[in-house]
Amino acid sequence: MSEPVATPASANAVQVDDTWLHHVSHVLRSNPVTLLAFVLFAGIVVIALFGPWIAPFDPMESNAARALEPPSLRHLFGTDNLGRDVFSRVIVATRLDLTISVAAVALSFVVGSILGSLAGYYGGWLDAALNRVLDMVMAFPLFVLAMGIVAALGNTVENIVYATAIINVPFYARLVRAEVNIRRDAGFVRAARLSGASDTAVLSLHIFPNALPPLMVQVSLNLGWAILNAAGLSFIGLGVRPPTPEWGIMVAEGANFIVSGEWWLAIFPGLSLMLAVFTFNLLGDGLRDIVDPRTRT
Amino acid sequence: MPGRLRTATLRVAQAVPVVIGVVVISFVLTRALPGDPAVYFAGPAADDASIAEIRSALGLDRTLPEQFLIYAGDLLRGDLGQSLSTGQPVAEDLARRLPASLELTGLALLLACGIAIPLGVLAATRPGSFADHACRVMVTAGVSLPTFFTGIVLVYVFYYLLGVAPSPLGRLDFAFIEPEQVTGFYLIDAAIAGDGETWMASAAQLVLPAVTLALFTLAPIARMTRGAMLAALGADFIRTARASGLRPKTVIYTYAFRNALLPVVTTLGMVFSFVLGANVLVEKVFAWPGIGSYAVEALVVSDYAAVQGFVLVMALLFVALNLAIDLLYTVIDPRVGFDGV
Repeated sequence: MSEPVATPASANAVQVDDTWLHHVSHVLRSNPVTLLAFVLFAGIVVIALFGPWIAPFDPMESNAARALEPPSLRHLFGTDNLGRDVFSRVIVATRLDLTISVAAVALSFVVGSILGSLAGYYGGWLDAALNRVLDMVMAFPLFVLAMGIVAALGNTVENIVYATAIINVPFYARLVRAEVNIRRDAGFVRAARLSGASDTAVLSLHIFPNALPPLMVQVSLNLGWAILNAAGLSFIGLGVRPPTPEWGIMVAEGANFIVSGEWWLAIFPGLSLMLAVFTFNLLGDGLRDIVDPRTRT
Repeated sequence: MPGRLRTATLRVAQAVPVVIGVVVISFVLTRALPGDPAVYFAGPAADDASIAEIRSALGLDRTLPEQFLIYAGDLLRGDLGQSLSTGQPVAEDLARRLPASLELTGLALLLACGIAIPLGVLAATRPGSFADHACRVMVTAGVSLPTFFTGIVLVYVFYYLLGVAPSPLGRLDFAFIEPEQVTGFYLIDAAIAGDGETWMASAAQLVLPAVTLALFTLAPIARMTRGAMLAALGADFIRTARASGLRPKTVIYTYAFRNALLPVVTTLGMVFSFVLGANVLVEKVFAWPGIGSYAVEALVVSDYAAVQGFVLVMALLFVALNLAIDLLYTVIDPRVGFDGV
């Protein structure tokens, strides 16, 4: 924004893009783990999008003659107690697990951003009230609160999303509130106000975009946690119902066979879950390096 | 000392609004039941008259503030309602099962702190060493581990493959009789009774679930310890201490470590939140008869009073733990005051 007016706007943008790309490629090259995280992430997204076409078998099709077969070339991850192909079920489950967590995180992102912006910008009783409510939410162990919310609202997949969103809102609201609050009287904000911009415009176009980089890091770290949370809820029998392929519920079903040695039922969905969470955590750390090199650990 | 006592009292007083908040939220949760609770509690065969009767018995025909006062009054008398599945008062059920959960969670926390804090200190004092790398791997892997999955893997390896762990079913093998109840903690009760065999048996049952829970808890504590130690070691007063010729051990443990403890103790609050949640999953995996598995069983049969009671008890436990942490603060760091005292 502070570039000399003489530079044509387009050239200016290209130059900014260039240095940014340069910075990103520098970070990626110096930290191959982040590159790995991006590759894994792309893989997970592809599997989520095209899962039903990649899966070699119908994930719901049972075959009593081939029940509980150990992993083989035909069934890479073996078959479960009904003879369903575990590999296909793990692949197809990716979309549901990712959808639940992305929807939940998106919801808490939007709600948290709005609440945090308003509280940080206007302050006063709004700020105080929001803080009290967030304190009340944070006074619960979060997973336990999610259980209570699902129990109260009803045992459905949508309510898993709402519950996961509610327990994540405080993190976004606090982050945005802090970012907005330190800028509410900054020079560029006063300039925007003087030039006649409304409060909404100042808040959404001038102040809020500054909170986006730390928010992106939070989103990425949060996605892993949201997947864990949703899988944990379905592991204890909430939300997703048994025949549906979903990682948490597959681990729960497979747990009954682990004591008799049929490990592949629970291990493969569990490993997929771990890999997904691991990817999002790595991605979050990598994004933090790109956004704010000072906080690198 | 009166100054410190005053700080502590103030901190205890600050917990009161939080407890009220917890009660308000759990009230909202009980009233957010899908449909009409009166119809639900009356059962499918009820007619309008009996529904109306139950509605007034439950106090549902009054205004919300009145309902809240009744709810809060019941809580003060320790009444959490009746469990539909066990037929017992929820408060009694929870009280009977609470020691099992506390024994498991407490041991897991001790284990996690016992490993994570020394590891974090080692990683910070010797950057680039084996301990540093081990710490980094564990921190990244630890936060990605779904607790219920770790538990199942441990059962497979140590029960099925190696055969060294007892079957993952509850607190004590069927061959043993529960030790006489004094505290409800089997390890302590068995020790009081002087029954070595029972002690060993219950310890054997406890190892796997406690390790599962500890593995999950290690990561945030180790990460924070490492970071806090690095920050403390980089501070000016450490340089001064070193320059004055103090022994490296004194510098690290007396000067740096004590200062690094503060942020570590702060993260413990967040760690408790995770542990109490993960506790539910671990109890399900190991058929541990604590309040977590009680809530899971209640959830499956839609036993709402039991679930809400569980959520409330967990929240109160969490508030109490955080309070204890903050009071611990005043012991570690005499400078800490609340509200500028």
